[in-house]
Amino acid sequence: MELILAALRGPWPWYVAGPLIGLTVPLLLFLGSKRFGLSSNLRHMCAVLPSRNSYLRYDWRREGGWNLLMYAGIALGGLLAGVLLADPAPVEVADSTAVALARAGLEVDGALAPQELFSWSSLFTVRGLTVMVLGGFLVGFGARWASGCTSGHAITGLAELQWQSLLAVAGFFIGGLLATHLLLPLVLAL
Amino acid sequence: MRHAGSDTNTGTPGPAAFAARYVGVGAYFGFVLVNSEVVSWYRIQEMFRFHSFHMYGVIGSAVLVGMITVWLVRRYELRSIGGEPIAFKVFDPGWPRYLLGGSLFGVGWALTGACPGPIAALIGAGLTGFTIVLAAAVLGTWTYAQVRHKLPH
Repeated sequence: MELILAALRGPWPWYVAGPLIGLTVPLLLFLGSKRFGLSSNLRHMCAVLPSRNSYLRYDWRREGGWNLLMYAGIALGGLLAGVLLADPAPVEVADSTAVALARAGLEVDGALAPQELFSWSSLFTVRGLTVMVLGGFLVGFGARWASGCTSGHAITGLAELQWQSLLAVAGFFIGGLLATHLLLPLVLAL
Repeated sequence: MRHAGSDTNTGTPGPAAFAARYVGVGAYFGFVLVNSEVVSWYRIQEMFRFHSFHMYGVIGSAVLVGMITVWLVRRYELRSIGGEPIAFKVFDPGWPRYLLGGSLFGVGWALTGACPGPIAALIGAGLTGFTIVLAAAVLGTWTYAQVRHKLPH
């Protein structure tokens, strides 16, 4: 029993986690011929609101009802794994990353995301506001422009051998590398 | 008589079974996301600094499993449990949107340490500040809808 609980608490090595994530693709295909891709939900959430925009006027219940339910389920899974069966040990970070972040002015705090940037009170700091609002905005804007995010392109699209997805993933890394090495040090200095 | 469970005549699930099915898949996925620490801002930093193999191992092995199963589905023309044929998405042929949109997404991914799935998982895991990130992401998508005709695709 304790062994099972310990296994459920995690953290899991990549060779356990990766295949379990990959299985989401066939799971959705077999359950109802659905394609795994989560950023569509951002569009469905916009489509819920009244709009005359042709990109946002469609039957979101029919097209995206299942995906919005899945999205709510992800929060439930987060609650199970992150609160009820939470791993008491601090989140692992490579020493070299911790050193680089400390040099930029951010101490590793052992949480899933630095509380200094993502707590409610950090909304009143320039760097917290920038990271949360600018970062979130670009996630939503970029994912719909590229017509997919990490799930739809980096996992499902690559699994389907789509060249557009390979291009999108190259973009994810171009943007991510620029932001990590050039933009983030500037934002953390704010 | 039709009840909240599955409709025995057609094999299509009723509303409650349909909801349970997809909330269940989401819960499974969210649970794995948190337990593998891929929802961690620090893990994303490690990845973009090439300081750890973890994220590459997770994404690489996820793609490999997806690739094998997609290949099997195509090879044997497998159907869903409800008997629906399984079709694959055809993306628009233009290239700029993938590279440019992808790059903007990458900047957001590095700043927030979270893509759309992990944002939901983090909110559930008690990091409620990520509701702000989610609201900003919805605003980003809404803004894209307003200006998309001016952007290269």
